[in-house]
Amino acid sequence: MANVISNVALVPGIYVMKIEGKFKGNMGQFYMLRSGTGYPLLPRPISIYDIGEESISFLYRVVGEGTNLFSQLQPGQEIQLEGPFGNGFPQVEGSLALIGGGMGTAPLLLAAKYYPHAHVYLGFAQQAFGVEAFEAVAASVQVKVGGSIVEQIDPTLYANMFSCGPTPMLQALAIKTVDTSSRLYISTERHMACGIGACLGCTMRTRGGNRRVCKEGPVFPVEEVEFDDLHGV
Amino acid sequence: MISMACNIAGVPFKNPIIMASGTFGFGREYAEFYSPELLGGIVGKGLTLHPKAGNTGSRIHETASGMLNSVGLENPGVAAFLKDELDDMTHWNTAVIANVGGSNLEEYVQAVAMITENAQKRRTMNRRGVDMLELNISCPNVKQGGMQFGIQTEVAREVVRQVRNVTALPLVVKLSPNAENITQMAVMCEEEGADGVSLINTFSAMKIDIRRRRSVFANTYAGLSGPAIKPIALRMVHQVAQAVSIPVIGMGGISSVEDIIEFTMAGAAAIQVGTYNFVHLHAGAELVHGLEQWMQREKVQSLDEIRGIL
Repeated sequence: MANVISNVALVPGIYVMKIEGKFKGNMGQFYMLRSGTGYPLLPRPISIYDIGEESISFLYRVVGEGTNLFSQLQPGQEIQLEGPFGNGFPQVEGSLALIGGGMGTAPLLLAAKYYPHAHVYLGFAQQAFGVEAFEAVAASVQVKVGGSIVEQIDPTLYANMFSCGPTPMLQALAIKTVDTSSRLYISTERHMACGIGACLGCTMRTRGGNRRVCKEGPVFPVEEVEFDDLHGV
Repeated sequence: MISMACNIAGVPFKNPIIMASGTFGFGREYAEFYSPELLGGIVGKGLTLHPKAGNTGSRIHETASGMLNSVGLENPGVAAFLKDELDDMTHWNTAVIANVGGSNLEEYVQAVAMITENAQKRRTMNRRGVDMLELNISCPNVKQGGMQFGIQTEVAREVVRQVRNVTALPLVVKLSPNAENITQMAVMCEEEGADGVSLINTFSAMKIDIRRRRSVFANTYAGLSGPAIKPIALRMVHQVAQAVSIPVIGMGGISSVEDIIEFTMAGAAAIQVGTYNFVHLHAGAELVHGLEQWMQREKVQSLDEIRGIL
């Protein structure tokens, strides 16, 4: 258990929660968070948004009962969290683009801090949020509200790309990257129960066989991803 | 001096808390967080003779006080289990139970025969093998096999009989709450030489995605577990425990020390913890410590003092 330091809505329904303590974690990894003692039972996997010396932050959207409970937490209240879990984004060399769509921007902030030379592309369906955090650390940030951010990206400019967001956005990016030498890594999502690879509830079909999103993922090289399986969930 | 130890079919358990199949992998993942040696035993991921890829699409959905799963028995197959997992499992000083499923009678028999032969071979080399078998005739999440054997007593009888013929390992049969008559099913298991029964597996259940106008699960139905099913599980354990003289291992939504006591009072020789492993990563360790503290506080020297008192 740890204490909430702050829990602030950036825009309606989207919050950043800061939790007190010394926490480990790399870009693209996640924690399992749970508040309350009854329903919902299962912790929720939430990407690490930011880590400080004495705190960890999570960007989340209220989508159901679990995240609704999170949004009601006040400073000083306790939350249960375990992690970090998952593989996270790889260490890469050369030019890098970070491409996030909506809540998919959350796991990219740590990458932007780690790679200050990276170009950041953020796409939002209706309303931008959290852009200032990227602008504070990144060399370049492009934002698009409505439409597709993928249209603004030239994969040939980048040796590597990290991306997270809605499946159609990821697939459009994948198609655009075909026949380029750019290496695309995407962060995937699945409902999870254990978060540590034991229950096989988050298994995803990939070109290399079944993979646990919580353990072998959530980040996969695009050539391993079967988009039909991602769309199906 | 309190003792949490119990004995089921000749297998010693240091405490009655066993991790249920499908919720604890083969132990390795949880071993990063606490020692499996704290536990009475571990039931490995459900095994089939051949490797199984499991179901596609969504596999998990949370419900009120429970969860639905449709994993579909994804597992590496018996041979890979024996080769890649068993050494680690037997390295920990806790009872190792292999859960075995099948699509047809022959698969059950072959899988059990392989595990039994392996255990015998390991014994001749002074190495531990599987301590106990849990026969899974109750998985609701595979199209072929699994639960079809667990609904009708006379269909299940043939599986238990034939499996019993090929193994001398302690044999526990895991029963389905979807059975036509779970008490009759348990009595049949005893008649056919099973050393115990474990119950209950998940309830066949459903969730519809009304936006997409289809079931959340590719396999339409899924298995319901968690605290939502505990009162029904408790009733079934109570009924079965009164009907058979072999040990009953109780499970179904156990999430606290109080739940363990309830199942023990209903007649359970030991219990299994499933969904609660997902609620709290350290659930097993927490329950073992909690049970010990409860026994000290209540001055209960052995759970035999309260077992089956209802």
